[in-house]
Amino acid sequence: MDATLIAQSLLSGVLFGGVYSLMAVGLTLIFGVMRVVNFAHGDMMIWGMYLAWLLATRLGVDPYLGFVVCAGVLFVFGALIQRLLVDRIVDAPHEMQILLMLGVALVLENGALVAFGPDPQRVRSPLRAATVWLGPVFVDVARVVAFAVAMALTFALFLFLTRTDLGRTMRAAADNTYGALVIGTDVRRVYAAAFGIGAACVGAAGALVSPILPFQPTGGLSLAVTSFNIVIIGGLGSLSGAFLGGLLVSVAESLGAVFLSPSMKELVSFSLLIVILLLRPAGLFGKAVT
Amino acid sequence: MARRTKGRVVSEASLLEVRGLSKRFGGLQAVRDLAFGMAPGEVLGLIGPNGAGKTTAFNLISGFLRPDTGDVRFRGQSLVGRPPHAICHLGLARTFQIVRPFPRFSVLDNVKVGALTRLPHVGEARERAHAVVERVGLGAKAQTPAGALTTADRKRLELARALATEPTLLLLDEVMAGLTATEMEAILQLVRSINTGGVAILLIEHNMRAVMSLSHRIVVLSFGEKIAEGKPEAVANDPRVIEAYLGEEYVHAPGG
Amino acid sequence: MRLLALAAVAVLVVLPAVLSSYAITVFIFIFFYAYLSQAWNIVGGYAGQLSAGHAAFLGIGAYASALLSVQAGLTPWIGMFVGGALSALLGTVIGYLGFRFGLRGFYFVLLTVAFAEICRIVALNTDAVGGALGYYITFTGNPRQFQFQDNRVYYYVALGLMLAATGLVAVLERRRFGAYLAAIRQDESACEALGVNTFRYKMLAMVISSFLTGIGGTFYAFYLFSLQPNAVFGIPLSVEIIIRAIVGGAGTVLGPVLGSFILSPLAELSRTYFASGGWTGAHLIVYGGLLIAVVLFLPQGAYPYLARWLGARKGAS
Repeated sequence: MDATLIAQSLLSGVLFGGVYSLMAVGLTLIFGVMRVVNFAHGDMMIWGMYLAWLLATRLGVDPYLGFVVCAGVLFVFGALIQRLLVDRIVDAPHEMQILLMLGVALVLENGALVAFGPDPQRVRSPLRAATVWLGPVFVDVARVVAFAVAMALTFALFLFLTRTDLGRTMRAAADNTYGALVIGTDVRRVYAAAFGIGAACVGAAGALVSPILPFQPTGGLSLAVTSFNIVIIGGLGSLSGAFLGGLLVSVAESLGAVFLSPSMKELVSFSLLIVILLLRPAGLFGKAVT
Repeated sequence: MARRTKGRVVSEASLLEVRGLSKRFGGLQAVRDLAFGMAPGEVLGLIGPNGAGKTTAFNLISGFLRPDTGDVRFRGQSLVGRPPHAICHLGLARTFQIVRPFPRFSVLDNVKVGALTRLPHVGEARERAHAVVERVGLGAKAQTPAGALTTADRKRLELARALATEPTLLLLDEVMAGLTATEMEAILQLVRSINTGGVAILLIEHNMRAVMSLSHRIVVLSFGEKIAEGKPEAVANDPRVIEAYLGEEYVHAPGG
Repeated sequence: MRLLALAAVAVLVVLPAVLSSYAITVFIFIFFYAYLSQAWNIVGGYAGQLSAGHAAFLGIGAYASALLSVQAGLTPWIGMFVGGALSALLGTVIGYLGFRFGLRGFYFVLLTVAFAEICRIVALNTDAVGGALGYYITFTGNPRQFQFQDNRVYYYVALGLMLAATGLVAVLERRRFGAYLAAIRQDESACEALGVNTFRYKMLAMVISSFLTGIGGTFYAFYLFSLQPNAVFGIPLSVEIIIRAIVGGAGTVLGPVLGSFILSPLAELSRTYFASGGWTGAHLIVYGGLLIAVVLFLPQGAYPYLARWLGARKGAS
């Protein structure tokens, strides 16, 4: 096996991992604060991709700028979903919440199908074709930019959660809802914001990825499952777990594509998932569940 | 160690024997080297301040937790490592401190689940369940969904369900908690009649009057360790016990 | 209630005499998905273990019986049991891993999805079973190969499957098995304290469910004659199975049947309506909306309302 090939795929994996991390951080935030598993996560990302595509084709906005709009739109959407739907079933058994988000996923996925048609799309960005040589390996500039932006956003989120009042309240609500209620926090507002931010993360991730990978409406559930993989492996509810898990899974898939075959790369992450579920369901960084 | 009770020689620990039982959670030693025994038909009260390790002991005995060290022998058989359902089949049933009714089932169907342990045929189980439901005084509410019951009735239901499994030893975890004085008296009578029927009872209880009047013997726990054991009057006057309870409010009625 | 059910069955039996071929096909799908949904109902509805990967069992049963028939000449009438057994084997593995390791709720859902996706990816990449192009069975119309010239025979086979599964669930519900499953769904710890071996009963439910679904795979293979990994192992198929039980009433005998009678025609209608406009797959928007509506307003599904309505009518007369 060619060392250059391995190095190449490692690099590729790490760069793409930035986006995976962003996706996973959004999902784990939603779970951490509300104990809701967002089955519509992947489909929201697909919509992020399509929005970026619309911006690029109709308004000529490059997705590496347009991601802000995608994040914003999805923030509103996420907050609305939380207020209108999820809020009503906060006390219901977990199966109900899984089914609800599955329903939202179906609506989103097929809404995209109706709106954009079934054919795969890709966004043309001037950065797409550019590559840079780093010694023996080459790097897509697009991937580097995606990685950089994703890292910046994740860092911004980290600052938000540790430095701002709302962010700290969110973390408090994540640790202890009733405690937060006692202090008089408007928990519903915190929930809506958390869901919105989670959706915004994935909307931005979608925009960043849109020039790199082809996308189609039916890819949503598959992306959701990938996000779940990452979040479970990293530790459900742990932000650092989601972050590192994203990098780990991306690298594992990248290596899997090289050693097995490109279409089998998901086999690696699924196998990893099963191993984690059995040996340490809390994930690498999660708290062990009693 | 045997003693004479009503002319029969009964080993003090022939029904249940707990030896050297310990359990640690992280930095907290919840139960330390616990040892006591029970004879058939006995009522043993397990008391102690909050956090003394009483419910942990219950969980260890009934198989919901695995002890770090020690043994639990029930009718001569070791219970350690057996799952709760197997322990129930051996004749040891328990209730939960925070009651866990099956909310979507009626009272009768709840108790039927317990009855099915000994009577695999649904028809027979239902009949047995009917009898038990009547016995605990819920006959009029047999068809009521469990989720709609009052607290006192939920306690009765919890009791009925465990009773339906035909236990030899019944573990009751704070069955009086949250009840009014009248309700408490009623449950007290019920528990007494269950014991008279031949079921040994190990009960965790904070209500001193109930414990004193029901128990043949009492074991006192504090910070996971046994600090006293003996007849109710002796324990009530034990200075170590009084000290352990200092600072806590208790309804204390001397005598039984 | 029983009289009503018998009358309904009688109607269904004589219906093919008056139906067009297209209508018969719709009914075949109603019955077949009701069957699959009923199989799921045992473990997902009664026992409350939400499996979102039941397509795995269907796919294994389908591929197994198809391969055995085409490569080894084994009649699908026997092959279906082999397929069922293999599916049950996978069900045992998944059940053991999930239940022994205490995976509940979301974690269990993900475990089932992971296995289904692994099956799908493996099938896509295995040329011996056709890979991404799929596996094809040549139509011979030979009943010994579980193939029938007349659509109406398939109708009766599907109807038979649905009735058999529903009958089985009705019997199980009345026995200790059913009572235990329903109790497990509500509170496993309480069950354990009452002497219920929750692991054993969940496993039994899983094995029965996966076996029946696997048998359904044979019907699928020898009705459609082509197996595509994405269709046969895919999440959309698992969703079709789950949603019928949920909408109709998970954990009830008639729930899956009711759900299928509601959803299949709905799917057909919206499929034809939207397809004429070129929007394929839009019927799934309706599914999604329905799922949301059911969760928010009818968490127990449609069946309790139907039962109450029928009960009220009886009271009135």
